[in-house]
Parts: sequence; structure tokens; C-alpha cells
Amino acid sequence: MIRLEPRPDPSNIMIGLTPIFAVIATMIFGGMLFVFLGKNPVDAIRMIFWDPVFGEHAFYYRGQILVKAAPLIMIALGLSFGFRAGIWNIGAEGQFIMGAVIGGATGLALYPLDSFLVFPLMIVMGSIGGLLWALIPAYLKIKFNANEILVSLMLVYVAFNFLIGMVTGPLRNPDGFNFPESRSFQDFPSAHNPELWAGTGIHWGVLTTLGMVIFAYIAITRHIFGFNVRLAGQAPRAAKFAGVDPNKMIAICLGISGALAGMAGLFELTGPAGKLTTTFPVGYGFTAIIVAFLGRLHPIGILFAGLLLAITYVGGDIIQSQLSLPKASIQVFQGMLLFFLLAVDILVNFKIRIGKGISK
Amino acid sequence: MTLIALNNLTKKYPGVIANDDITFEVGKGEIHALLGENGAGKSTLVKMIYGLVQPDYGMMRLEGKGFTPSEPRTARLAGIAMVFQHFSLFEALTVAENIALGMENPPSSSILSDRITKVSYKYGLSLDPKRLVGDLSVGERQRVEIIRCLLQDPKLLIMDEPTSVLTPQEVDALFLTLRRLRDEGTSILYISHKLEEIKVLCERATILRRGKVIGTCIPKNETAKSMAEMMVGSKLKSPKKSKANFGAPILEVNNLSLKSSDPFGTALKNISFNLRAGEVMGVAGVAGNGQDELMLALSGEVLSGLNSIKLENKQIGQSNPIQRRLLGLLTAPEERLGHAAAPEMSLAENTLLSGFQRQKLGRRGFLNKPGAIAFAEKIVQQFDVRTPSVRNGAKSLSGGNLQKFVIGREILQNPKVFIVNQPTWGVDAAAAAFIRQALLELAEGGAGVLVISQDLDELMEISDSFMVLSEGQISTPRPAKGITIEAIGLMMGGTKVA
Repeated sequence: MIRLEPRPDPSNIMIGLTPIFAVIATMIFGGMLFVFLGKNPVDAIRMIFWDPVFGEHAFYYRGQILVKAAPLIMIALGLSFGFRAGIWNIGAEGQFIMGAVIGGATGLALYPLDSFLVFPLMIVMGSIGGLLWALIPAYLKIKFNANEILVSLMLVYVAFNFLIGMVTGPLRNPDGFNFPESRSFQDFPSAHNPELWAGTGIHWGVLTTLGMVIFAYIAITRHIFGFNVRLAGQAPRAAKFAGVDPNKMIAICLGISGALAGMAGLFELTGPAGKLTTTFPVGYGFTAIIVAFLGRLHPIGILFAGLLLAITYVGGDIIQSQLSLPKASIQVFQGMLLFFLLAVDILVNFKIRIGKGISK
Repeated sequence: MTLIALNNLTKKYPGVIANDDITFEVGKGEIHALLGENGAGKSTLVKMIYGLVQPDYGMMRLEGKGFTPSEPRTARLAGIAMVFQHFSLFEALTVAENIALGMENPPSSSILSDRITKVSYKYGLSLDPKRLVGDLSVGERQRVEIIRCLLQDPKLLIMDEPTSVLTPQEVDALFLTLRRLRDEGTSILYISHKLEEIKVLCERATILRRGKVIGTCIPKNETAKSMAEMMVGSKLKSPKKSKANFGAPILEVNNLSLKSSDPFGTALKNISFNLRAGEVMGVAGVAGNGQDELMLALSGEVLSGLNSIKLENKQIGQSNPIQRRLLGLLTAPEERLGHAAAPEMSLAENTLLSGFQRQKLGRRGFLNKPGAIAFAEKIVQQFDVRTPSVRNGAKSLSGGNLQKFVIGREILQNPKVFIVNQPTWGVDAAAAAFIRQALLELAEGGAGVLVISQDLDELMEISDSFMVLSEGQISTPRPAKGITIEAIGLMMGGTKVA
């Protein structure tokens, strides 16, 4: 008989090991998926995990990994505060879009002004756009106790339609032959977020993300704010006893995650994406939820989880082009990762015992 | 004649032997007490009898036949019933609906209501099957649980701390019921900390200490003190009260009225009293009469009118818990795990809950971790908290140890006013004596101490003056001297509050 036995204290070893177990389980079951799709599973797994980092064309892919990891990590960092406090912002994708639209619109309004202040102003406006979008579920939760999961998720679709409205309306490129897209930021030097060193993929967003990791690490481990976030998540009544205002906590946590998602959206828009189009959102805001949990809501963990997920994104592109697998297959693969992570999480608080034996 | 015999029952958990070679028996028609400190293994033992936990070793015999219940259902079918300390009732359902939920094949509601009325009449447990449980007092809720058990015609009724939530009058009524059951041949296994009650009610008592049977005694021939010493395994000294010497009023509460945030909570109505420096004031009352609401209003977790609470003449009704702490008002809520302490956090981290500002365990918001560890170690040392290290999680401590930690954390911050709810609830005798002594010493040092408690013996032992909280209203304080338990009991029962 196989039994689960509670551990007296959560196992620190398992906290570190379970993400690795989850990755291995995903490789095994993902491999089976590829077998059913009629592909060689070993090739597919190698293309997803190995080729982007060490393969023949890795010099190109490595930059791509950083470009994709940066927004994932930045959004996941913001989400991790709320998730720790038990506040579930599922709508980072919408805040990402709103950050890009508001920040981008600010820049486009100033076109073709030549000033070094344009880009910083756009970053600020992008963050504010995401922040305000996230404060809508916060306000509704505080005022009417509306479920923030539903509200924030539904606002993603509102944001997406807002984006479509903007690129087919006010923000459409006047010189763009009526295509539903904005002016390209590459043609607007003071608003452009360029690759800083050719071939590395590093742009201002990547550097800012690294700074944010350090900042978040200090906040969560050394500062009373991070302590209160953990306290509110683990024992809400104890947090009240300590003097934490739960409503303030909701507003701050949703605000932080919204602002970071908005900032990520702005960096993405002005750099890798280049312009606002109807295909601008690619799901970073949703994948960041996986990144946050895979990284155990810890800033350093999120850094590595973001890199890993970025590898699967790049690897997904490779299998799409080389094995002609559908795009959905890599999304299933990423979903499996979260699924297995949540499943093996039980090992942190429980031990598996086989047989009816008496313990100790 | 023996009803149930336990032979060499042993149950081990990782790192601890909960029950070690337990052997004793309960006779037919006997009220048998099970005594022991927290963590002595009483709950594990009754869980084995009730089929919730299976022994690793040993056996049980029920009426001479081998008895190994694998789940509570089997135990119930064999005639074992249990009233838990914490009730499992749905407040939004009626008495009859709640009882039907616990039955294998509930009869139609009219038949069930008839049976409930009959049983409740027979055993003197007046109860209307159609009332909503949310509207019942705690004593009445317990009756629902007892009737639920009696409908199964049990051979053995297990009761876990049944009187901790009752008024003295309700306790008397319960004892009448239990004696009637005994006279009809039902055996009762009675778990309680209240040794005076056990002397009155029980024929025999089995005493557990650290998972082992220490002995069996006849409570009538013992004193409460001698039984407590058997439980603890050492001599007890009772707290000493020095002569009262009161200063000026330090905490003034004026016409405090508040609605409860809990739909089944109790609203506070026009509460007014003064607490003087050096005074220990007891607030008696049955749980659910506004204790939690009063505690939250005084601690600042719920805000009230600016003028309704004054600390040293400063109006603090609108101040949050942090501001009140900085002014010198410290509190220890009833629920240790989850309210006074965060279960998953270490003891050192738990000092930050109330000590961050007042103990300066941080600078500009950055945590001073060595400071928190040092403060936790000071608490552990001065309040005799037994833990391997201050890095251990709060939930790994026993109830008594954690309570000593919580009380110590507040007292070592030199409060001007200290408010504590149920300071020794579920705490073993030795730790309870220690905590009461600490409260008395705090008051001697000039602080005002407000103790909210359901334990009348405790309040009589330590308070200088005395109030009763009933249905959200408070009685005028009286000096504790010369007041009788019966008089308090009448005030608690909700009869006219003087």
C-alpha cells in the first residue's frame, strides 16, 4: 500500500527538488505526446531544451531566450507578491496590453520629438497604464468583495478589444496604407528600445528585469513589506493582529503586479515587437503565472523559471519549423509543466511511504 | 462488569509515541474520567476507540469481543458515540436537519423531529428541532451534539471537554443528564481539565502522562491538587496575589457600541468601564456573548468611535493596532495559531507581529533579524518555552508552550495595558499556573490587565474586580472579593445584568 504521511515541518530539500521533478515528468509525458503525434520524442525534447542553449544555432537563440525571458520574469515578479498574499491576479496579460497601449500612445503623441526624456516618460506612462488597469479589480474587491480572479481575467478581453480599437482607430499609422498597426518605434529613435549589444538580445527591459529581481529579493526577504505579504497569505487574521490593513494589501499587491506587467508591455512594444498590432499580445501575462509558481514565488526561482520557460518558447519555435508540429503542442507542454509542478508539490508537506510498516 | 477493555494500545507518530502501552477498562454504567495534560495522548486514545486512528499495536475488547474499528462508522454501529470539543454543526440549518446529516439512513423529518423531542424530554435537554443552529447558544449547540449521539442508543459515550463552554447552571444540567444515562447503563468516558467537576461526577479516573497510564484513582478520595500533581508529575504552586494598590484609570471605555462583522456574531452594546493601573479585571461570560468582538475593538483590529476608547486620556478609538501598541496597549487574542501567531513562521519571525515597531526590530522598514532572534530567545528563556530553537515553526509547539510564548512576547514589551482573551484555554495545569503568575506580576508592576475568560476558577484566582459580558452588554464591575460562583453564574446566564 502507498500512503502519504504528513511531515512535521515542510521539507526544504523538496522545495528545491520538486520543480526539477516537474520538469522531468513533463519531459516524459511530453515525449509521449510527441510519440502520439508521430514524431521522435528524443529529437523533440532535445530541440526544445537543448538546441536553444547549446545547439548549432544557439548563438542566435540565446539572445531570443533573453528577449522572451525578460517580460516573463518581470511580470512573474509582480504576480508573486499578490500570490504570496493570496491575491490572485490572473489578468497580467491585460495589464501588459494596457501598459503597451498607454505608454505607446504617449510616445506616438510626441512623434517625432527628439528628446532623451521621451523613452523614460513612456516607461512611466506604461507602468501607470498597467497599474490603473489592475486597480479596477482591486477597487471592486475592496468595495464589493468581487472576485479578483474573474474580474482581472475578464479585463484581459476588454484590454484586447481596446487594443484593436486603438490600432484600427486613433493609433493607426497615418503613413501605413490603412493596415491595422501603429507607427513603428524603430523609426522613432527617442522612443526606441534597441538591442544594446548586437546579437545578445539585451535591451533596456532585460537590464531593468535584472534590477527588479534584486529589488524584489530584498523586499521579500529583508523588508517588513515582504514580511507582511507572506503573513497576509499564510495567516490573514495574524496579519490583522499585526496591524496589516487587508484592503491596502489588496491594492498594493494588485498595483505592483499591474505596474510591472505594464512596464514589461512597454519594453516589449518599443523593442522586440516594434509596433502595436492586433497580434501584439502573445500570452506572456498568462505564461508568467506558470513562471511565478515554477519559481516558487521566490525572485531567484522566478529568474530561473523565466529562463526555462523562455527556452521552451524558443524550442517550441524550433519544433514548429523543423518537425512541423502545431503551435498548440508547445502550449500543452507548458501547461503540463504547471500541472506536474502542482502535483508534485504535495511532496513538500508529505512523505510517501510504501507498505504498512510502522514509522520509526 | 466491563464494557470496554483496552490492552497495550500503542500508537507512534514520527518522533513521538502518542500512546505507549495503554491498558485500562471502563465498566458498564460507569462515568470514567480520562485525565492528562495537553499532549498526554488523550485525544489519540479516544480517536482509536472511535475508529479515527488505528493502533500500531495492542487490542480492544467491547463486551468481551475483539473490537477493531477501521472507521468511525464501524465504531458507531458497535455502540460508540462521541461529542467533540469543537462542534460540527451548520449554522444555517435547523437542529433536525443537522442531526439528519449525521445519520446513515435519516427517517422523514417529522418522525425525526418527534424522536428528537422525545429524547430531549427524557434526558432533560430541552431543544426545539425546528430552530436554526445559528440562533442557539453554545450550551444548546452542545445539546444538539449530545442528542445526535443519544439517537444511536450508544453503549459508550465519549465526551471531550464538554463543560469548557458552559455556564455553571448549564454544567449542572449536563451532569443530571449524564447521571441519568449512567443509571440506564450507558458508560461515559469523560475528558476534562476541570478536576473539581471530575470529583463530583466521575466514579473512577485514569491518568495519562506522556502517552503512558500513570494510574487509576477514585476522584472522590483525591483533591484537585493531588490529581493535578499526578497529571504533571511534580508539585504545583498556586499563583500568589499581593495586596492590591490601584492607580488612576488607564484605559477608559465609554459607550462602545459596535455591530459584529460576523453574521452570527454578537453586537457590542454601550460598553463602559474603567481599568486602573495595577488592576487585574476579569471579564466573565460564555463564549459567543461578544468576547471576540470586544477583543477586536480594544486591540484596534476593528475601529470604533474616536471617543469610545481612551488610553491615558488619549482617544484611540480610530487608531490601528500598530498605533495602539506604540502607545502601550498590547493584546493576546484567544486563538493562538492563526491569530496571535502565524503557524508556518518561526518563533523569531513571530516576534515581528507585535514587536516590530515597539521593540524596534527594524530600521526604515528593513528587518533586524538578529534582533528578532535575540528577542525570541529572551522570551523562550524567561517564559520557559520548550522548543529546540527559535527557528522552529510556531505550529510545532504544543498549545501550552505557544501560549507562554505569545503571552511572553507581549509582557516583555512592558505594556501599560494588557488585554488577553482566554489566557489558559486548553493549556495544561503547570503552564496555566505560570501564565497566571506572570499576569499578576505584570499588574503588580503597574500595568492594567484585562482578562477575558470563561474559566471562572481562573478569574476568581487572579482578578481584583469582575464584570460579566452577556449578549454584548457588560455589567458594572464589582470587587472580586466576596462574590460567589453561583452569583456570577446567574449573571452569565443572561438574567438581568446588574
